Amino acid sequence: MSNNSDFKSVKIYVPEGSLGVGIFPEEIGVAMARKPDAIALDAGSTDSGAAYLAKGVSKNNKRAVKTDLELIMAAQAEAGIPILIGTSGQAGGDLNLDWTRDIVLEICREKGYTPKIALLYSEQSPKLIKQKLAEGKISNLPPLGDMTEEMIDDCIHIVALMGPEPYFDALDAGADIILGGRSSDPAVIAAFALWKGAPAGPSWHAGKVSECGGQATSAATGQRGVFFEVHEDGFDIEPCDPAFKATVNSISGHLLYENKNPWVLTEPGGELDVTNSQYEQLTDTKVRVTGSVWHPKPYTMKLEGASGKLFQTIIIVGITDPNVLAEPQVFHDRMVDILHMRALSATDAVDGEFHISVRMYGWNGVSGVPPKEGTQTPREIGAMCVITANTQEMASEIAKACNPYFFHMPIRDGMEMPSYGLAFSPADIDRGPVYQFELNHVVSVDNGTELVRMKMIDTAENKENVDA
Amino acid sequence: MPKVREVCRTVRSKVAGPFWVTMDLMFDSQESYDLYSQSPALNAEAIGNVYSVDPAEVMHFPVPKLKVLKISYPRKTPQGGVEERDLHSGQQYTYILDLELS
Repeated sequence: MSNNSDFKSVKIYVPEGSLGVGIFPEEIGVAMARKPDAIALDAGSTDSGAAYLAKGVSKNNKRAVKTDLELIMAAQAEAGIPILIGTSGQAGGDLNLDWTRDIVLEICREKGYTPKIALLYSEQSPKLIKQKLAEGKISNLPPLGDMTEEMIDDCIHIVALMGPEPYFDALDAGADIILGGRSSDPAVIAAFALWKGAPAGPSWHAGKVSECGGQATSAATGQRGVFFEVHEDGFDIEPCDPAFKATVNSISGHLLYENKNPWVLTEPGGELDVTNSQYEQLTDTKVRVTGSVWHPKPYTMKLEGASGKLFQTIIIVGITDPNVLAEPQVFHDRMVDILHMRALSATDAVDGEFHISVRMYGWNGVSGVPPKEGTQTPREIGAMCVITANTQEMASEIAKACNPYFFHMPIRDGMEMPSYGLAFSPADIDRGPVYQFELNHVVSVDNGTELVRMKMIDTAENKENVDA
Repeated sequence: MPKVREVCRTVRSKVAGPFWVTMDLMFDSQESYDLYSQSPALNAEAIGNVYSVDPAEVMHFPVPKLKVLKISYPRKTPQGGVEERDLHSGQQYTYILDLELS
């Protein structure tokens, strides 16, 4: 890290809430004119579920990610300031990171850029996690219980959430572009300021507020950027586009967002405490934040693991039949019973080893809870049958057995056989595995880099690496 | 007795990691916040009852400067499970809009 005594202030440009959502190109010129010292942003989150970690794929499409990278890499090449990107490829697993690396290398080839690229890998082997478990280095977070070896074996990929320290190492090594695996969003955005010796409380707080880009401003969307300056007493933050505003309410309110505790934020290596933070409206568009405190704690990294043990097949029908619409709940309960019996009689499925759920969209598809007596009935219902089993073959087998019942079942016996509205042929859709997060645990480490592997690519000197 | 929807300008819910849900009740005035943010209709037992979770795990965070009451609770089933119906938990707030506040 740089010498603390040299520190005066540091300016960070956060171009968007997450790489690939779509930077507004006109904002880049405005932001770069303010002479930022670094560009920092995240490229993912767990919010969209475990599939992206389990499969090692991005949620965003390649063209969108490439367009955003082209914009910030052009700014990087011109200004010579580093780019720091966390949680590459949505989940930050090794596959997600390599996917992002390949896009960056493709742009280097196409544009003739020659940056030094640092890759920070934070995926963990099951063997190492089992060893940490045996050494008593793993603790559980509520609401899950203790970790077991079986939980580890269930995971397709496991990542550890990085703090800023691996980014310090990459900056020390002279990286122009740092692509991180799974990282704390505030850590990536705060890393450059911390590396420059900025005070920890304001740096982390600025990182937290900026993690969704312009969402913390009147722009109210992560497609917009924010710009902040950390100084000795705090930080000043404003939107990139002067058409928007940062206000005391918008900035202080951001600690509420996707965060279960609005006062104390647990991060790798410590806690950010904003209980006594002061917010001051400096100009129409800019807010100053002071009084944020960082409490160092014994270093832990949060573990995330994704499993895909069960498989689903779905069928969807649209219903406008007035007999069904008059009594949707009766129809639902009868359907679930009949499909369950059909699965048992027409397949090799064993009771308890499969699950059938019918979701009546338009009635109670989202809540699943029977509506109150007297609730107005809908004009249409979209019914989705979700069949879950231990293998895709079995889920598919059950769906095929249930198919004629699902779209032909009358609400009462003896009625003319209805045919509800299928949209597709075949009607049953194999959906693949049910991806779930398995771990909610932290691992104690000696320091923030113990579980992280760094790889450097010097695109100027090592051409064969570029083509790799 | 007003309903939640009548004294809040915004109510929202979202996942806070794969195992928790957090809700923000943004009251429409200082008066509403003072009168209703501590209503028994929003206490741990009541919220636990609406979402079928243990009241001991329901957390309340009053944020008076913003006239916001934040309530966090563990997800009944982990995100993306067999019976998932609201992956981002973005619709969960709707089930408290009609709670009557005293």
